[in-house]
Amino acid sequence: MQFLTDTVVLSRIQFALTAIFHMLWPVLTTGMAIYLVIVEGLWLKTRNPDYYRHARFWSKLYVLNFGIGVASGLPMEFQFGTNWAPFSEAVGDFFGSILGFEGAMAFMLEAGFLGIMLFGWGRVHPAIHYLATIMVAFGANLSTFWILVANSWLQTPSGGEMVNGKFIVSDYFQAISNPFMVKSVSHMFFATLETSLFVIGGISAWYILNNRHQEFFARSLKIVLAAAVAVTPLQIYIGHLSAEQVAHYQPTKLAAMEAKWETSPAGQPADWSLLALPDEAGQKNKWEITIPNGLGYILEFKKNLSEPVRGLKEWAPSDRPRMVGLIYYSFRIMSGIGFFLAGLMLWSLLQWLLGNLSPEKIGQQKWLLRTWIFAAPLGYIAVESGWIVRCVGRQPWAMYGQIRTADAASHIPAGNVLTSLTLFAVVYSILFVSTLYFGSRIIRHGPNLELPVPGLDDQPAMETEPATFIPDQRPAEAQQ
Amino acid sequence: MDALLHFLPQVWFVILALFLFLYVMLDGFDLGVGILSLTSSDEERRSILMTSLGNIWDANETWLVLMGGALFGAFPLAYGTILSALYIPIFMMIFGLIFRAVAFEFREHSNRKFLWNFAFGAGSFIAALGQGFALGSVIEGIAVDQSGHFIGSTWDWLDWRSLLVALTLIQGYVLIGSTYLILKTEGELQKTHFRTAKLAAITTFIGAILITIATPIVYEAARTRLFSPPLVYIFAVIPVLGVLLVGLLLRSLNREEENTPLIWTILIFLLTFIGLGLIVFPYIIPNQITIYQAAASPSALVFMLTFIGVLIPIMLFYNIYNYVVFRGKVVSDAYGE
Ligand code: HDD
Ligand code: HEM
Ligand code: HEM
Repeated sequence: MQFLTDTVVLSRIQFALTAIFHMLWPVLTTGMAIYLVIVEGLWLKTRNPDYYRHARFWSKLYVLNFGIGVASGLPMEFQFGTNWAPFSEAVGDFFGSILGFEGAMAFMLEAGFLGIMLFGWGRVHPAIHYLATIMVAFGANLSTFWILVANSWLQTPSGGEMVNGKFIVSDYFQAISNPFMVKSVSHMFFATLETSLFVIGGISAWYILNNRHQEFFARSLKIVLAAAVAVTPLQIYIGHLSAEQVAHYQPTKLAAMEAKWETSPAGQPADWSLLALPDEAGQKNKWEITIPNGLGYILEFKKNLSEPVRGLKEWAPSDRPRMVGLIYYSFRIMSGIGFFLAGLMLWSLLQWLLGNLSPEKIGQQKWLLRTWIFAAPLGYIAVESGWIVRCVGRQPWAMYGQIRTADAASHIPAGNVLTSLTLFAVVYSILFVSTLYFGSRIIRHGPNLELPVPGLDDQPAMETEPATFIPDQRPAEAQQ
Repeated sequence: MDALLHFLPQVWFVILALFLFLYVMLDGFDLGVGILSLTSSDEERRSILMTSLGNIWDANETWLVLMGGALFGAFPLAYGTILSALYIPIFMMIFGLIFRAVAFEFREHSNRKFLWNFAFGAGSFIAALGQGFALGSVIEGIAVDQSGHFIGSTWDWLDWRSLLVALTLIQGYVLIGSTYLILKTEGELQKTHFRTAKLAAITTFIGAILITIATPIVYEAARTRLFSPPLVYIFAVIPVLGVLLVGLLLRSLNREEENTPLIWTILIFLLTFIGLGLIVFPYIIPNQITIYQAAASPSALVFMLTFIGVLIPIMLFYNIYNYVVFRGKVVSDAYGE
């Protein structure tokens, strides 16, 4: 139990815990915001009230997740100061600025328009409402962009150099467009989208399977499927590009992802490990199932490696990541899910083309629907695994090659961190369980298909609306 | 170049003060309403209180997030030192705000509303308390070494002076929360808040007087700064203006005016803020680290200014628009529909 008195270890656990939990909520809201833009746009275009009711129904899940996302994001913003003060001082020039941008450009935009998006139906003109929805989606994705800029810069620091323990930036735009930025932002963007698509699809499948509002939810399932046709293969491809950039810039991480202890020289084929039991003390894998000559195909689509792939033994134990097994399996879980979801997409597409997804027939596709329900949480698992690969694989560096994690932590009593860590563990578990509980309540309650639709033309513009509030006279059920 | 080295940190000091002021004013009334909800007796009233915040609490809290990011970028040293020195009050605030935020989402769907009512009220209170302690101990000063790193102990922030600041801040939040509710509600509910506003105005005023007296007595550095020209003239004016504003506020409350109490309260907040700003400037950790020592490099300050500076008017614009859309009284918890 020695780690209980080690501030660095406790701070790392706390950061990991808060980040892992925080990630659960924005990942859905960022992706779902795009879906909401799509259905509201379809409604404005077709005037089909079903689309309006889709917008209203899914935004209930949206707001539930949004609130918890904000609540769990708050500690992230302040933790760099409380627990990583020396790190903050060293990287503040750039990293702090980027967090500032995230607040000013993204969070504020999202928060400023959210009220109108949720409560503004009937108070503002539909065009303004649509603008608000777009701004919320734009803000959420902008926040993904900036946080990934910040994180990618920690992975591949650029645009300046360390001077006296402080990272002095000489070229801010080079720092923003650091080598990891483009691919990591894209991979994260599609990750939020893919996760949200399969959550929406899974919930829709559940309704169809239970014979509730089949036609209504066949619609959302098809929207989701149409988007998944593009998203799932793209995500695998960008994942592949991410692995390539890791191979190039962070060889220690790649070696850990592949549990590779010995170096494979260039010009020769190398085996790719499918499953293994890494043994860190012995610096080898206890057992291993490999695909002969696979590594070259995976990294470069050809048999022979053009560059050597270095094994972990090339670095001193203090210069390479620990927990190789965690990194190795997280990577396999993420890519496994990537292929699984793409497979599900292909299967569903086939059924669609065969005409089996029409509202009358879709209910018979029991196994397809069950698989969609099963797939609903998989995106989250892939996202968390991906982040574990990325953050744990970066160790022992907080900023790759520049600042060691051990030097980055604040000098505060371990008791403080232990207390806050325990509180986080308790509070976040409650939040997690409550979100599931209340989310499932919203789902069981279902959409309100009688919800009156605000007219497009008889709707007074906001300037002409009286300032006083008109209480809702409709019966309670209609008021959702 | 030298002028620039001074000018940029000053600009950022003002911007941060603006963000902090907007936060304290806006989330101040949210937290005040939350604290007041602890005293309200029936479910319908509490619903109305929470509904009056439903569409804006998130935007208001975002000013805090923005301030955190901007402090990190503009004064990294201060960000690290202050937050790690005030570990406990900061996490009090964070956990309080977490409870407050989730109460909004979960209460609506829950059958056991009392649980989330409590989370809302207690969360608001704890958040305000944490903020008060943090504010109090920043004004008091934080023990740092020559390079600005924290060398004090974890409980440094806790003493009677920071407690006094914390209690006064809570009273201030209750005051601004009450005057906000006077604006947003009617009937019995509004009557109640005329009373709470009056009470809070008086307790805030007493707290402010005590702090004003204690500060120059306890802190030598503050004394010498305060009592030498030109600051002494300004500091002579601030209390006079303060008394005047409190008088105007009490008069408007007695006359049961609807809009003016909030305006006077905001002006009182603003005046206090200017006073505090003048005491603290040019330090960011009072009497230890100046804004010039703590500032990021000039290029970083320019970089941030070009992006964030342009956005300030735009952010203000759409936030105000949000208030315009949802203007008017809240009379039922179906406000949003
Ligand atoms: C729906 C989610 C999802 C799916 C299906 C995939 N990924 Fe992923 N992956 C992420 C979600 C994600 C992520 C959570 O978004 C990460 C973490 C940080 C980042 O930028 O993306 C990530 C990181 C990440 C990294 C680490 C980057 C680094 O450490 O800098 C690699 C190498 C891959 N991915 C590769 C893949 C491959 C080869 C996939 C498919 C075959 C794959 N990912 C599918
Ligand atoms: C939200 C998704 C994220 C998850 C799940 C995650 C996960 C983790 C984990 C597991 C660690 C601990 C590593 C270890 O102790 O070996 C860690 C550390 C860290 N992460 Fe991430 N991370 C996420 C996002 C980010 C982002 C966006 C940033 C930066 C903007 C970031 C910055 C850091 C830093 C600075 C550490 C330092 C502590 C350390 O290195 O141990 N993380 N993260
Ligand atoms: C890849 C990792 C991350 C992504 C994609 C992400 C994205 C988001 C998004 C979209 C929101 C808006 C709330 C919502 O939609 O639910 C949010 C909230 C928040 N995030 Fe994260 N975040 C990440 C990690 C972090 C980290 C490391 C920090 C710390 C700096 C952070 C700080 C915050 C804060 C402070 C909020 C609340 C903002 C508000 O008040 O509106 N996030 N995040």
